[in-house]
Amino acid sequence: MVASALLALQPGAATGQTGARSAAGAAPADNGNWEMPGKTYASTRFSAMREITPGNVNQLKVAFTFSDGTNKGHEAPPLVVGGTMYIVTPFPNIVTALDLTKPGAPAKWTFKPKPLAASQGVACCDVVNRGLAYDGGRIFMNTLDGQTIALDAKSGKAIWRTQLGNIARGETVTMAPLVAGGKVLVGNSGGEMGVRGWIAALDAGSGKLAWKAYHTGPDKDVLIGPNFHPFYASDRGKDLGVKTWPPNAWKIGGGTVWGWISYDPKLGMIYYGTGNPGPWNAEQRPGDNKWSSGVFARDVATGQARWYYQSSPHDLFDHDDINEIILADMPVGGRMRQVLLRPARNGYFYVHDRLTGQVLTVAPYGFINSATGVDLRTGRLQPNKAKEPHQGKVVRGICPAAPGAKDWNPSAFSPITGVVYIPHINLCMDEGASQANYIAGTPFLGMDVKMYAGPGGNRGVFTAWDPVHQRKLWEKTENLPLWSPALATAGGLVFYGTMDGWFKALDQRNGRELWWFKTGSGIIGQPISYRGPDGHQYVAVMDGVGGWAGAIIVGQLDARDPTGALGFLGATKDLPSKTSKGGTLYVFALPH
Amino acid sequence: MSSPYRTSVIVALVLLTACRREQRKTEDKSFATTVPAGTQPGLLVAGGQLAFKPDPKQAAYEHNANALAEGQRLFSWMNCVGCHSHGGGGMGPALMDDEWRYGGRIDQIAATIVEGRPNGMPSFRGKLTDDQVWKVAAYVRSLSGQPTKDVVSSRADELSGTPPQTLEKREPVHPAESTLQ
Ligand code: HEC
Repeated sequence: MVASALLALQPGAATGQTGARSAAGAAPADNGNWEMPGKTYASTRFSAMREITPGNVNQLKVAFTFSDGTNKGHEAPPLVVGGTMYIVTPFPNIVTALDLTKPGAPAKWTFKPKPLAASQGVACCDVVNRGLAYDGGRIFMNTLDGQTIALDAKSGKAIWRTQLGNIARGETVTMAPLVAGGKVLVGNSGGEMGVRGWIAALDAGSGKLAWKAYHTGPDKDVLIGPNFHPFYASDRGKDLGVKTWPPNAWKIGGGTVWGWISYDPKLGMIYYGTGNPGPWNAEQRPGDNKWSSGVFARDVATGQARWYYQSSPHDLFDHDDINEIILADMPVGGRMRQVLLRPARNGYFYVHDRLTGQVLTVAPYGFINSATGVDLRTGRLQPNKAKEPHQGKVVRGICPAAPGAKDWNPSAFSPITGVVYIPHINLCMDEGASQANYIAGTPFLGMDVKMYAGPGGNRGVFTAWDPVHQRKLWEKTENLPLWSPALATAGGLVFYGTMDGWFKALDQRNGRELWWFKTGSGIIGQPISYRGPDGHQYVAVMDGVGGWAGAIIVGQLDARDPTGALGFLGATKDLPSKTSKGGTLYVFALPH
Repeated sequence: MSSPYRTSVIVALVLLTACRREQRKTEDKSFATTVPAGTQPGLLVAGGQLAFKPDPKQAAYEHNANALAEGQRLFSWMNCVGCHSHGGGGMGPALMDDEWRYGGRIDQIAATIVEGRPNGMPSFRGKLTDDQVWKVAAYVRSLSGQPTKDVVSSRADELSGTPPQTLEKREPVHPAESTLQ
């Protein structure tokens, strides 16, 4: 648990920054609220509040708590809008509004969407929900069984409900919606069940479908038209979503959308990644398997694709590309560029040109032996043949493992330091491939996986990354897989939680642990910071261990089978001795 | 008892059990064509005592190496593995432990497979024949070490190396099956 303090932000020392700042127009001035999981359309997860600092954080105390009555994995951040906090539980996706203006923050209303119980069986990795979105007096939510619902933020009454997912096909919805340009954007989960991935835009006013783009199949289904100009040649050509698959395999080929969407209001473009191709056994799907495991830029109004980049063509390892995308402006090669910052699941930190998709720079931020690099001329990942899984054979020591060098849990970006704070994991795996059999509504995998700690023996890492110079500034290792997102504040702190329930504040300058608090259950939820009705800064987080990494706890799984929970049991055998289920909100403030 | 006599008894016993262990049902009739899967009552029966009658034909599956091997193959091929892994569980509960939500008797497991269960266990009705259901159910029982060691596989089928079933300890079945009979 030693922080290796390196160069303390020398680059661009005149401004005290690396040179990167939040994208102009996508990260407006902080209003003290927290209205969407990413905090801003630039997905910064940064609070401009500076009351809590490295100097006084050791006095941080619990202000109030709230038990939400459920105990599966809590991945969602609370939202705060003008004196009210909104929280959503994992299945059965109950939404509660808490009145922050009253002592103890009593509940104002509760909304129970009552999703189908059977949806729990087809959710690949715990029955999580990654959060709500607020816009124009409404709260938008997704349910595990595939509904998107608009609620009146004042009364908690449903305004509209739209059914998008179909659990009979193995589709669930776990992501948080994003409201951008008057559209509610939602995608499906189920990349382990042979679903066909899509993203849909609903009209925020009426809930009516505005457009829907699939991530496999003919161009017309993918919403690829005359405005599509991918930077690299391998993404150009007609109907690649059909031609880069064996006949008909695209119909059950994955490419789901269950992570994060960012939005550039100036360009009118959304950016998001697509999930893994199916089945996991890649020998059953020769070809690049477009448009899985890559990033799309789309016109938010029409859904038309503008560019695409495939991080893992013909993905071999379940390396979904759904991680957060931070919109920033920064110098590259001496010139200011509009960029995307992406700590991707395959272990590489990508800096893309936001307008063209070109990979400007790329560097590994975790340990990788499954690939040797990314060719900047072709944009292509260079896989390591020795680590390629084959049917009837066990390949050992593949790094990073299936959940990547980082899974869904998003980083935070401080426009003051210009640093990306990445909560991530350090796991390797053995894989044994076999023929997968497609049966609708059941897993479509063909892979036995066994995970374990990567080099060093620590399963989690928290890395401060300078995106301009593509280098690590400091890192702090964590024994357990690090599955909680990060929060950065203008006060100079970063917050995250561990799977055994330590909620921590670190000094942004060097990673020194300055404050810690033990919650009842482990933490995989996203911390936020807001200005309370009393004008003071608060920090909030939900506990409730779970998710893929915490499946052993929420499912009471049996650790004697290391292949359990799609291989995660191998790496989390000790978790039951360190934590148990929960679901409690903790809110902290300085004494005042 | 003279020593040659004792030896011959042992040999005879070994041959007998080995016979049953190795028995292949090649003829048309499966073990339990007369025992449709999924028709036994649940744990509680309105009006009093549970009328459960164990059927020896069902138990026969559990004592047959061929049925268990076939059950194991189907457990992978029908994607039970994707949700239950090799017994440790995942999207579905662990099947190698001592805890049963819907009962750990072979007929109850068969009912689970045929009917499905409310929190996301799909029904495999029409996807498996009754004979196949009993084979898979017998294999599910073997994940928690219920069958005798002479019928289970001495090496794991899967690639990533769970321990062989011959080394598995026999878990008690909770809720206890005996109290329900
Ligand atoms: C899509 C995922 C999925 C698939 C595929 C699946 N199961 Fe299940 N299974 C579940 C879930 C979820 C439950 C728990 C249901 C509940 O609690 O209502 C369950 C429950 C069970 C149970 C009951 C366990 C108990 O404690 O009583 C058994 C037995 C079982 N499954 C066997 C199988 C077999 C055999 C197969 C393949 C033929 C299979 N399952 C396929 C998800 C699945």
